[in-house]
Amino acid sequence: MALVETVGVEKQFGATPVLKGVDFSIERGQVVSIIGRSGSGKSTFLRTLNGLESIDAGSIQIDGARIDARHGDLRALRLKVGMVFQQYNLFPHLTAGENVALAQIVVKKTPRHEAHAVAAQMLERVGLGDKFGAYPDQLSGGQQQRVAIARALAMKPSVLLCDEITSALDPELVGEVLSVVESLAREHMTLVMVTHEMRFARAVSDKVVFMHQGRVWESGPPDEIFDRPSTVELRRFVQ
Amino acid sequence: MIDFTFAQMLEALLLAARWTVLLSLISFFAGGAVGLVLLVMRVSRSRVLRALVRIYIEVFQGTPLLLQLFIVFFGLPLLGIDVSPWVAATLGLTFFTSAYLAEIWRGCVEAIPKGQWEASSSLAMNYFEQLRHVILPQAARIAIAPTVGFGVQAIKDTALVSIIGFSELAKAGTEISNATFKPFLVYGLVALIYFALCYPLTHYARTLQRTLYGSR
Repeated sequence: MALVETVGVEKQFGATPVLKGVDFSIERGQVVSIIGRSGSGKSTFLRTLNGLESIDAGSIQIDGARIDARHGDLRALRLKVGMVFQQYNLFPHLTAGENVALAQIVVKKTPRHEAHAVAAQMLERVGLGDKFGAYPDQLSGGQQQRVAIARALAMKPSVLLCDEITSALDPELVGEVLSVVESLAREHMTLVMVTHEMRFARAVSDKVVFMHQGRVWESGPPDEIFDRPSTVELRRFVQ
Repeated sequence: MIDFTFAQMLEALLLAARWTVLLSLISFFAGGAVGLVLLVMRVSRSRVLRALVRIYIEVFQGTPLLLQLFIVFFGLPLLGIDVSPWVAATLGLTFFTSAYLAEIWRGCVEAIPKGQWEASSSLAMNYFEQLRHVILPQAARIAIAPTVGFGVQAIKDTALVSIIGFSELAKAGTEISNATFKPFLVYGLVALIYFALCYPLTHYARTLQRTLYGSR
């Protein structure tokens, strides 16, 4: 069974349909990139996967947790899904280490010293082992984003969602974040990313999904999508 | 006319000022506690709770404190509930303060970027966990200066309870002035005592503003 599976997901903002029936699935350990123009619904779709956006029709199943338009246990779903945002969204009143430890302590009731040990380990993993006590505003954008990745990983999610995580970064800081993502991909973390970094998407993805007008327009292995697009919309987009 | 020495006047006023201080403290802390509950309801996801609190706040912000005190003091006895000036004053000030503090604090909570809610939601925290660990600690930082500022207002507002016969600083001033025929001196002293109570707070609010917004 697929780790993540959505069937006919629909979403409207007011009278405007944003998602018009998205069917999507990925296997454990896969890296999937979602590409498309702005307004194609790709970020909205990603946000439905952890319930930040409710859905109007269809269903979402992630590693045994299931939601549909009417009900669903959001907490159970969110325990399976980690998310990294474009704007990092670190908690500015907490240090990097406390940012990573907080949800373990609060949500999973992990004893503080254990949570801090996990936090230190996760920060080490993203190359920030020496920044445990630093506050977010003492870190660069790239470092903040890596803390955000560590924060999501610390909850041991089954799948990690990345919503344009390099778009807010200065160009010279993009590399350090992408290399962390790349190392996660190598360790077979299941990843779904919305990205504008086409070259990166091509290099790390097992599957690329092109969204257009609220639908999955085309999807397949990166070489196929980028070299042999079968629809005119994708051809225009990748050029 | 009764002859009071200056020292006697000052002593009487200072003794009455104790009640002003006590009343200010009670209205501020009770109002703060009620205000916090109102705040949690005001920013909750329940439309009913939000609407209820909005009505509460609009009623108490939209009518004079004086009238609220009248209604509690003269209105409740008509319903068969006898209230002493002390109880009426405390109740009236608590309603009023809580409405204002809830509204000040709501502004502070809403100043916290939406991304903070989203990040904590996506970490599977529930509403109270988000408030307790992520939103309120940040909102509190912003809230300190305006809250202390409102505290100054609350001290001065206690003067209004003299009108329902509660003998605090303003009321004592009126009584002594009536007895001595020296209104300028007596009310001048009363004003000075209020100033002495408020100035440290104003000053403190200003310092907080500087230290909290100057650095991190």
